[in-house]
Amino acid sequence: MLTINRKIALAFLTILTLLAVRCTPQPPATLRLATTTSTQDSGLLDIILPDFEKKFNARVDVVAVGTGQAIAIGEKGDADVLLVHDRAKEDKFVADGNAPARYDVMYNDFIIVGPASDPAKIKGMATAADAFKAIAAAKALFISRGDQSGTNARELAIWKAAGINPAGDWYVSAGQGMGELLTMTQEREAYTLSDRGTYLKRRSDGLTLVILVEGGSDLLNPYGVIPVSAQKFPGVNADLAQKFVDWLLSVDTQQMIADYKIDGQSLFIPQSEPWKAAHP
Amino acid sequence: MILEIAIRSLQVTISALIVSTLIGIPVGAWLALVRFPARRVALALVYTGMGLPPVVVGLVVYLILSRSGPLGGLSWLFTIPAMIVAQIILSIPLIVGITMSSILAVDSTLRIQLRALGATHWQATRDLVLEARSGVVVGLAAGFGAIISEVGAVMLVGGNIAGQTRVLTTAIVLETREGNFDTALALGGILLTLAFAANLIMVIAQGRLREIK
Repeated sequence: MLTINRKIALAFLTILTLLAVRCTPQPPATLRLATTTSTQDSGLLDIILPDFEKKFNARVDVVAVGTGQAIAIGEKGDADVLLVHDRAKEDKFVADGNAPARYDVMYNDFIIVGPASDPAKIKGMATAADAFKAIAAAKALFISRGDQSGTNARELAIWKAAGINPAGDWYVSAGQGMGELLTMTQEREAYTLSDRGTYLKRRSDGLTLVILVEGGSDLLNPYGVIPVSAQKFPGVNADLAQKFVDWLLSVDTQQMIADYKIDGQSLFIPQSEPWKAAHP
Repeated sequence: MILEIAIRSLQVTISALIVSTLIGIPVGAWLALVRFPARRVALALVYTGMGLPPVVVGLVVYLILSRSGPLGGLSWLFTIPAMIVAQIILSIPLIVGITMSSILAVDSTLRIQLRALGATHWQATRDLVLEARSGVVVGLAAGFGAIISEVGAVMLVGGNIAGQTRVLTTAIVLETREGNFDTALALGGILLTLAFAANLIMVIAQGRLREIK
């Protein structure tokens, strides 16, 4: 009787082991990119990365988190390259010796979105700071990322510029990524600051929030690429990281970025040095 | 793509479960049968471990496996092995605890009888574990259910990388974030089906084990 039992157990174990063995670690040519949810959720990476993977016979592992977390991953040497959008934190990252340099890649802009009914009457205001003042004065519900992401950092900078310390029942700190936050903002009929790319992507999927303020000088959103220092972190694949940077800044890739549109609108505007030299 | 994610979920969880079974059953038997000074402390630790917050386990594994951490040389962070490690830590206490209580539930005179009949220490222990096997199977099912449905730890240490470390739970989080509720719901359905199927298999195995007795 025990032998039958053993045979079953043995067969079971064999199957399990076979399954387990298939979980092998990664092949060598991989690049780990820590980036923001906006580059992934907007769909941009899905469009451009296959070209890099093909040209360099490499695989890009994308860890998409908030800019704050992406930079923290870089500070521990757990990524090879960063693609993020918080200029102050990026400059500090380089100054702290975590990377040799930071390069301009592209920009888009932030927008203030909210319900079409617009209870705080901010539609068409010239700057984000003015709009934030009106939202605070009306105590209209505002939902913040609250996650140290690049968008969150910009939002806090705008509150500061507006001279307001956002607090109270009307100000909600959600701790969510941009996509989730837009859903939450719609459900609660609130206002929030969003990057344009994620918003357009979500709107094409049926989101009904509308753009209320755009184009203000305090709404520009530049993205930088940073290869992590191999001197400080020996495990970093610096060679492939530099190839990635050169590829991302090249005119061909920048053209792909410019061509990526949703509903006829560009999500990101290229601005690398090679691009600017080719398009004076 | 959904199929690939489901298979990966199973790979990670089953790999973790094999390791924690190999460690958990002997440790559980040892705790049930051997008296030693700090045993009560050990028991309290096991019971605490049965309710470990996954996200805390994820954080600790993250820091240990980070290139700046003590085991950074392995380069395991954001890979399948890191997820397996986290799931092993989460499932071992469950298997140890349930193995232990099911052995303790076996008639305590059995061991004395076995020894009296001339069984060696090792043989007696083995027979006790076999006697308690249906309880042990419950431990495996509990461990499987806990770790395949867990999201906090695998999100932190796996990084939810498409095609590499994305499993059912982290894919559900991502699809929800992107507003693809239909896909999220479908993934949730697969997850529930897998958990149900695994438990069904274990319940049937439990019945078989009883009959074999």
